[in-house]
Amino acid sequence: MRLRGVVLVAGLCATAAGLIVVAVSTGTAAISWGEVVSTLLGEGDERSRLVLFELRLPRLALALVVGGALAAAGALFQSMTRNPLGSPDLVGFTTGAATGALAALLLLPTAVPAGAGAVVGGLAVAAVALALGGTGHRLVLVGIGLAALLTSVNAYLLTRADVTEAQSAAVWLVGSLNGRTAYLPMTAIAVAVLLVPAALLSRSLAVMELGDDKADSLGIAPARMRVVVVVVAIGLTAAAVAAAGPIAFVALAAPQLARRAARAARPLVLTSALLGAVLLLASDLLAQRVLAPQQLPVGAATGVLGGVYLAVVLALNARRERR
Amino acid sequence: MRRTASRRRLALAFSAALVLLAAVVVLSLAVGARELSPAAVLGALVDPVGDDVSHIVWTVRVPRTALGLVVGAALALAGALMQAVTRNPLADPGLLGVNAGAAAAVVLAVVLGAPQDPALRLGLALLGAGVAAAIVIGLGSAGGAGGQGRLVLAGAAVSASLAGVVAGITLLDQEAFDQYRFWAVGSLADQPLSSLLVPAPALAAGLVLGLTLVSRLDVLALGDDGSSALGVHPARTRVLGLLAVVLLCGAATAVVGPITFLGLAVPHAARLICGPRSGWIVAFSLVLGPVLLLGADIIGRLVARPGEIEVAIVMGAVGAPVFIALVRTRSVPAL
Repeated sequence: MRLRGVVLVAGLCATAAGLIVVAVSTGTAAISWGEVVSTLLGEGDERSRLVLFELRLPRLALALVVGGALAAAGALFQSMTRNPLGSPDLVGFTTGAATGALAALLLLPTAVPAGAGAVVGGLAVAAVALALGGTGHRLVLVGIGLAALLTSVNAYLLTRADVTEAQSAAVWLVGSLNGRTAYLPMTAIAVAVLLVPAALLSRSLAVMELGDDKADSLGIAPARMRVVVVVVAIGLTAAAVAAAGPIAFVALAAPQLARRAARAARPLVLTSALLGAVLLLASDLLAQRVLAPQQLPVGAATGVLGGVYLAVVLALNARRERR
Repeated sequence: MRRTASRRRLALAFSAALVLLAAVVVLSLAVGARELSPAAVLGALVDPVGDDVSHIVWTVRVPRTALGLVVGAALALAGALMQAVTRNPLADPGLLGVNAGAAAAVVLAVVLGAPQDPALRLGLALLGAGVAAAIVIGLGSAGGAGGQGRLVLAGAAVSASLAGVVAGITLLDQEAFDQYRFWAVGSLADQPLSSLLVPAPALAAGLVLGLTLVSRLDVLALGDDGSSALGVHPARTRVLGLLAVVLLCGAATAVVGPITFLGLAVPHAARLICGPRSGWIVAFSLVLGPVLLLGADIIGRLVARPGEIEVAIVMGAVGAPVFIALVRTRSVPAL
């Protein structure tokens, strides 16, 4: 239903606005809502300007951008593999990115920034998984196998360093937005550029979901299109991971939630991106505020939430099959 | 149809496996940072005179080899049982959340200020492993047949949730992180012989329980209706089998840390040798498990001398290709 989609987008925008209000007006430094408004209008004191423009706004913008990129990539991946579980998480990209970042931090600490290592590691593993697993459901199982191998490599790397160094490197196992706002301009540009082809692909993907023969007869070359989809999806994932590290499950859950909520028969790339942005902002708020002043990495929060989500999906599928 | 090997050929193959095991044990005693000749090792074993050689053999090599034998056999048996009771060729304790459950319990105990007591740690690891395995199996087998891939996915889901919990805890608490990172890498090194005493009752219980179930496993392969008709209660057998799995790999994991893929690869190797006969699969698994684990451990000692690479990493490097090859050649049902 088209109306359902519109209502969904409106609801998401309202939720995002509400979350933004909470994000800018709460936190360790107490700033009243009145002060926030006057600071935004250019009148506030030094301290509230610093907190708002240097800390809270960039961070919430980064959460929105990263969440949107991951979710859009997930929507492309799931539609292409015709598998609700085909996300960059489960093809091993996440674990590979962690391996790359750990190697960069612990083995080549001055030469390679962790974000670059993460991107290289993730791309390498995704390439291997695609080469071995094709683009069907086998891809997911191959990815799980690769991830299990890399998990032990990650554990090994962590035991070879000083404990403080290893602990700060371990943040790259789960992904975090703490102190990453320097990446915001670069990430935002990359994601904005990649979202355009991602949105344009959604029509072709809808046709391809009908099967390769139908797509062929409607003038879409499925093999070539799949390459384009993979390149755009991996590019979006890489842009997000370079800034924040491997944040789990946003790419997996957001497209499914969007599709279920809108009851759409085709992939909703932009709606998914919006939902992913809201999801990550909410998770980040949760991770920052639950144990404040201790800051949890946002990846720990999405990991727990996402695992529960996946378990619920499996349980629901099982019940449907039994009928 | 696969031609079933004759009894005599199987007996021959089993003797060969035992010889292989003996060879690996000797190598494991002889190879290390300091190379010892088998003769010197034998001398130190029968007549510990108190020199360097007998010190190395008795405090380093013997405990390590014994641990490898016990853990290898336990994990391989657990894998064989798990594959049989879930009727799922991709079942492996590590892929099904048992490791993650044990890890989460161990880390939680450190944070909550539990004393550094091996017995307490073992109990918690067993509890965590049991709870995680129960959730995974409940989710993954709820759909009945065709759920092979789903079981692995349920394992991934539960592992991911628990990994989030472990990450949250270890990033905030440095002491917990430091303990966790050395446990999480999975190694046979630096454990005294006495570290086998604490898990021994759990391992023995798992072994006995597993062996008593062997005769029912072939019947279970006929499906629930078939096994009920032949007088084997499928649900009860399954629960007992999984209890044995949790005892075996929870205890093994608590001592040496998570080792993935051994439980997956060894029963498959056994099945290639003896065909689909549970009794032989279990027998071969019990012998080949230690062969593979000690073999991987010896490789880890050789490739990075004078340092070494932990056995779990070598296992992963060997096991992941096996798993991927299985996924590629078998017709795995859609998820």
